Amino acid sequence: MIVNKKESRLLHDGSKLIVESLVQSGADIFIGYPITPANLLYLYSHKRFPTFIAAPDEITTLQWMCGFATTGKIPVTATSFPGFALMLESVNMALMMELPMVVVLVQRLGPATGTATCGSQGDLALLNGGISGGFSLPTISISKMEDCWTMSNKALKMAVELRSPVILLTSKEEVMTQASFDIAGLPLLKPIKNNYYSGKAIYQPYKPGKNLVPEFLAVSNKNHQVRITASTHNQDGIIQGTTAAGMDNTKRLESKIINNLDKFTFYEYNKQEGAEKLLIAYGITAAASREAIKTLRENGEKVSLLIPKTLLPVPPIYIEIIEKYQKVVIAEENLGGQYRKILFGVYGNNKVKGVNGIAKLITPSEIMEEISR
Amino acid sequence: MNKFLTDTALPFCKGCGHSQVAQYTEKALQNLNYDPMDVVMVTDIGCHGIIDKSFTTHTVHGLHGRSVALGSGVSAGLNNPNKKVIVFIGDGGATIGMQHLIDAAHNGFNMTVLIHNNMLYGMTGGQPSEFTPFGFKTPTLPEGAKEAGYDICKLIAAAGASYVSRVMGIGDFSAQLTEAFSKKGFSLVEVMEICPSYGVKSNPGMKLSKLVEEAGLEIKVFADNKNSFYQTEIKENRKSLFSKEDAIPTKYENKLKKPLRFMLCGSAGEGTQVAAEFLLKAGMLSGLHATKKGSYPVTVGVGFSAAEIILSPDEILYTGSPNPDVVCVTSQDGLDYARNTIRNMSGGKLLIDSSLEIPETKAEVSAFPFREKVGIRNSSIYSIFYYLKNSELIPIDSLVDVFNESKISKKLDIAKMLDF
Repeated sequence: MIVNKKESRLLHDGSKLIVESLVQSGADIFIGYPITPANLLYLYSHKRFPTFIAAPDEITTLQWMCGFATTGKIPVTATSFPGFALMLESVNMALMMELPMVVVLVQRLGPATGTATCGSQGDLALLNGGISGGFSLPTISISKMEDCWTMSNKALKMAVELRSPVILLTSKEEVMTQASFDIAGLPLLKPIKNNYYSGKAIYQPYKPGKNLVPEFLAVSNKNHQVRITASTHNQDGIIQGTTAAGMDNTKRLESKIINNLDKFTFYEYNKQEGAEKLLIAYGITAAASREAIKTLRENGEKVSLLIPKTLLPVPPIYIEIIEKYQKVVIAEENLGGQYRKILFGVYGNNKVKGVNGIAKLITPSEIMEEISR
Repeated sequence: MNKFLTDTALPFCKGCGHSQVAQYTEKALQNLNYDPMDVVMVTDIGCHGIIDKSFTTHTVHGLHGRSVALGSGVSAGLNNPNKKVIVFIGDGGATIGMQHLIDAAHNGFNMTVLIHNNMLYGMTGGQPSEFTPFGFKTPTLPEGAKEAGYDICKLIAAAGASYVSRVMGIGDFSAQLTEAFSKKGFSLVEVMEICPSYGVKSNPGMKLSKLVEEAGLEIKVFADNKNSFYQTEIKENRKSLFSKEDAIPTKYENKLKKPLRFMLCGSAGEGTQVAAEFLLKAGMLSGLHATKKGSYPVTVGVGFSAAEIILSPDEILYTGSPNPDVVCVTSQDGLDYARNTIRNMSGGKLLIDSSLEIPETKAEVSAFPFREKVGIRNSSIYSIFYYLKNSELIPIDSLVDVFNESKISKKLDIAKMLDF
């Protein structure tokens, strides 16, 4: 039996697609410090990015990225939890400075150094609370091979258009598993550019522009003074205490993300008519969920599937979808259900159940068992 | 007339040396005829960091202790020796960001760092830093420092800076700043100051010059030996990671009716991952969907090496293999790794090297001397040939094709792989 006659199938891993997509989307530079299981991203970036710099640690990585971003470059890095923990203060800085960048976070088993070679979905709670003050750190997840291409592009687009760091969330198996994959169907990508200020008036680096996003100027420009700062500041980039001008700007950082979220809301909703049960899964567990849904439906069970790709901030459409169901099952490879708690709180909800575990992939049968219960 | 500073008063306490650093920076930049729009001032947290609003240049204000790393990124991003990146940092920030200083000097980033060393943390109440000299008292260290502070100039000169000097923050030191700003690559000037709010009060009657002398901190140029600098390499139009030559077109037919989950377990250095990739490619040549998950310890050159392979006529959604159909074991490491999986098999096949003990299992067992027949280095690849030959699910010719296109074919005779 010949099932696939296509001539354009390659053997790929997700890392290769992510790097190629980010470069074609306009990323200029990869700065990185090696860490398992993000090493393939580092390796491919070394071969593919116009500029590649090896940093001496993860704090330096993010600081260099911010420095490059002030000059108009669009930087990327890839890391795992131990490295990301070191980056976090600087990610806060990038968010406050409104510098675009993508951090590919490849999840592995923690706590601490944990097991470097074991995948996980354990970092979402950290991302949800990672910006001091409850601000949103946009987080986009990869849930299948095509997403390595399309979601990497969307993450970069979101970073540049909203002038914010964006996390591209993956896990070990998603970036390291090799798979036969046909690249012929992938959409062509265009480089995404900073939105430069071209006015004659004095440039105000944090003046809200279209959709609350300030227009950009690099510190290399000769015509306007550019002030960039991580401390509370007004529209001119002058440090403030808790003045009205300072707070207006700080609150805008959140409004900017929330007001534009609909343009960057990505998900798959596989709805089955008459279904009263909804399965939610993201990232690596989406694969097991797709298989579970297929088998359940073959067995006559009615169940819908929601695969959120924009994980944070939570798009309101997910709540609208969830409200239509009597039973909701959320499958994640972590203890306690991190996305479940983000959606429903610690108090939970009688209609919501979790399928959770660590140190191994959640299996389709574990998911089917909970749905059929 | 000021060109780089605004005309408003500087924001520092009366008698603070930080004001002199700002004023002599103005003078030095004027000496060198810089345009304010060609200068980027990078500052961080500490009293010195509130200077931003007083400068007419571009300004970037970051996290405590990170301004040198941030400035390094700005400098490498500008990638233009005609632009001037100046980093202001305190002794507290230099303590936190010591590695950034060493690293920037080592790389030769085009920038000048001015350390405002007043020997304590002025913004948070006068705590000691690693630069606090022996015997110097601060509000939280009334007994005085028990150890000498860092000699940052010696450290940074040793790290490879183009220019390093230490100056007293009293009197006109604009000539030394002019010298530092004029250098290509990484330059650093440490300005010795005393904090009028905490340093003077905790050390009444102490003279800065005497203190510096007693601390053995020499006022001199420590390095002035090169003008080389970091240049950011930009390689446009690099080759795509996708290559048409890597495409694997369907050439053969297969007999697979349902997914085959195959687990290959061997030892590092015995070709397990390569063998698994061969099976994947053979499957693709035979029109199948294919996935492979590799498992091995972080020390990739020792211990087990395993791969979970799925070949399927249908799209593969879930790539895990909790219950493999076939487990193929070629070494003791591989057996140790797969023992539980083998024990839990309720059917399927176990291929195992004849030299190994056969574990308890409900799988159908075939033992074969893979290691003895072709040597340990080739045993994994050989086991794949053996499996395809006997299973006939996909044509062995597909594997022969993959083998012949690989580098291994130059070192290993295919006939050996087909001799059972």
